[in-house]
Amino acid sequence: MTNEEILKGIADIVNEVAGVETSEITPEKSFVDELDIDSLSMVEIAVQVEDRFGVKVPDEVLANLKTVGDAVDYVAKTTTTTT
Amino acid sequence: MTTEVVITGLGATTPLGGDVTSTWDALRSGKSGVVALTEDWVDRYGLPVRIAAKLAVDPSDSLPRVQARRWDRCEQVAVIAAREAWQHAGAPEVEPERLAVVIGTGIGGAITLLGQDDMLESAGMRKVSPLTIPMLMPNWPAAHVGLDLGARGGVHAPVAACASGAEALAIAWRMLRAGEVDVVVAGGAEACITPITLAGFAQMRAMSTRNNEPERASRPFDMARDGFVLGEGAGVMVMERANFAAARGATQHARLAGVGTSSDGHHITAPEPEGIGAARAISAALRTAGLAKTDVGHVNAHATATPVGDVAEAAAIRTAIGDHPVVTAPKGALGHLLGAAGAVEGLACVLSLRDGVVPPTLNLEDADPGVQLDVATGSAREVKLTAAVNDSFGFGGHNVALAFTSA
Repeated sequence: MTNEEILKGIADIVNEVAGVETSEITPEKSFVDELDIDSLSMVEIAVQVEDRFGVKVPDEVLANLKTVGDAVDYVAKTTTTTT
Repeated sequence: MTTEVVITGLGATTPLGGDVTSTWDALRSGKSGVVALTEDWVDRYGLPVRIAAKLAVDPSDSLPRVQARRWDRCEQVAVIAAREAWQHAGAPEVEPERLAVVIGTGIGGAITLLGQDDMLESAGMRKVSPLTIPMLMPNWPAAHVGLDLGARGGVHAPVAACASGAEALAIAWRMLRAGEVDVVVAGGAEACITPITLAGFAQMRAMSTRNNEPERASRPFDMARDGFVLGEGAGVMVMERANFAAARGATQHARLAGVGTSSDGHHITAPEPEGIGAARAISAALRTAGLAKTDVGHVNAHATATPVGDVAEAAAIRTAIGDHPVVTAPKGALGHLLGAAGAVEGLACVLSLRDGVVPPTLNLEDADPGVQLDVATGSAREVKLTAAVNDSFGFGGHNVALAFTSA
């Protein structure tokens, strides 16, 4: 899966959970500070990321996913190492 | 000098309409909001009750998708009604610290609790929404309205079964009279038409099972009444200290002149049969309002159409006020909105005062001889009114009476 595909998938999830326009969801954006996503929504996003990409997002990892790009990188790295 | 409390804004979403105007028009013209339930769970559980008073307009239709997803239906109706009331009041400019919210509910987020329990069972722990707790707790209709308006003068959520909405208005009145705040957004919200609530109320033998005639099922004061019909909705008022409202030039629709609360101390669900506790609440409302019995031209009754409750209330009205007021029992049309009932019916009481019109009581064809009151039936009755009383009672022996007067 390419990083573009992962970004699109994450953007769809963030749009579904928090209502942020997908065009706003770019790698450099911070979930909390720029996209205004609260900690409860981050938990929902993590669960949907797990389902869509077949990865695990433990709480200690979630706490370090500050930007959209961090999430894309984590999914890319984790799917590569597990397949 | 005592602080007078005025009502400057009204909002509602009910089985009769998605706002105040449509609800009031339908109530005056004698329409019913009761329908047959078509959900598959009615058959699946073999429920004896197959009717309910469902919202005329689905709340998720008028909310952004994400809000609709993150708020329980009970919270959705509270915010919708509060937004309407706030706009109706002209969106008052008030210091956030002088603005409070009091929204009661009887049950709270039952739909969320059931849905998330199903989720836990079918999909496991990780699929349970992190919003489960705020969506099911009974303070959240009030809390969401408080967040929506940025209120910092206090957010309260009285829980008093079917008197919750009226108790919210009573608490708001006390806060305003005490000078704690200048404006209170107050009311009640309920949305719990679910298999478990229908089954539970049915097991109490509290509900009508006239399933083949939904519109004729809710029959307050009628000899053939066989229980209440469960409804959903919300009613919210903007209440202000009179001098604050006058200073900003707000339209005043009525005054909440006095309130009375009491408790039966009698039984978990049955009302005290002579209506003694209810009469004490009504008398206290008149006393705090400075009204004589003869001043009261109209009573908006709680009358849920249960066999015991209606005659106990009728006795209370005769004791505390007399048999002269024109009485209406709006649950014939609205069904029983539980924790929202007192707020929606209080709102109808305000509109009766303002417009000089008492809506008809639906399905009252053969009055119980224990009633002995002048109950409006058939069509709306035009009456010149200066004072009106709204009754609300709840399982647990909660009694609340509100005395409204013309603005």
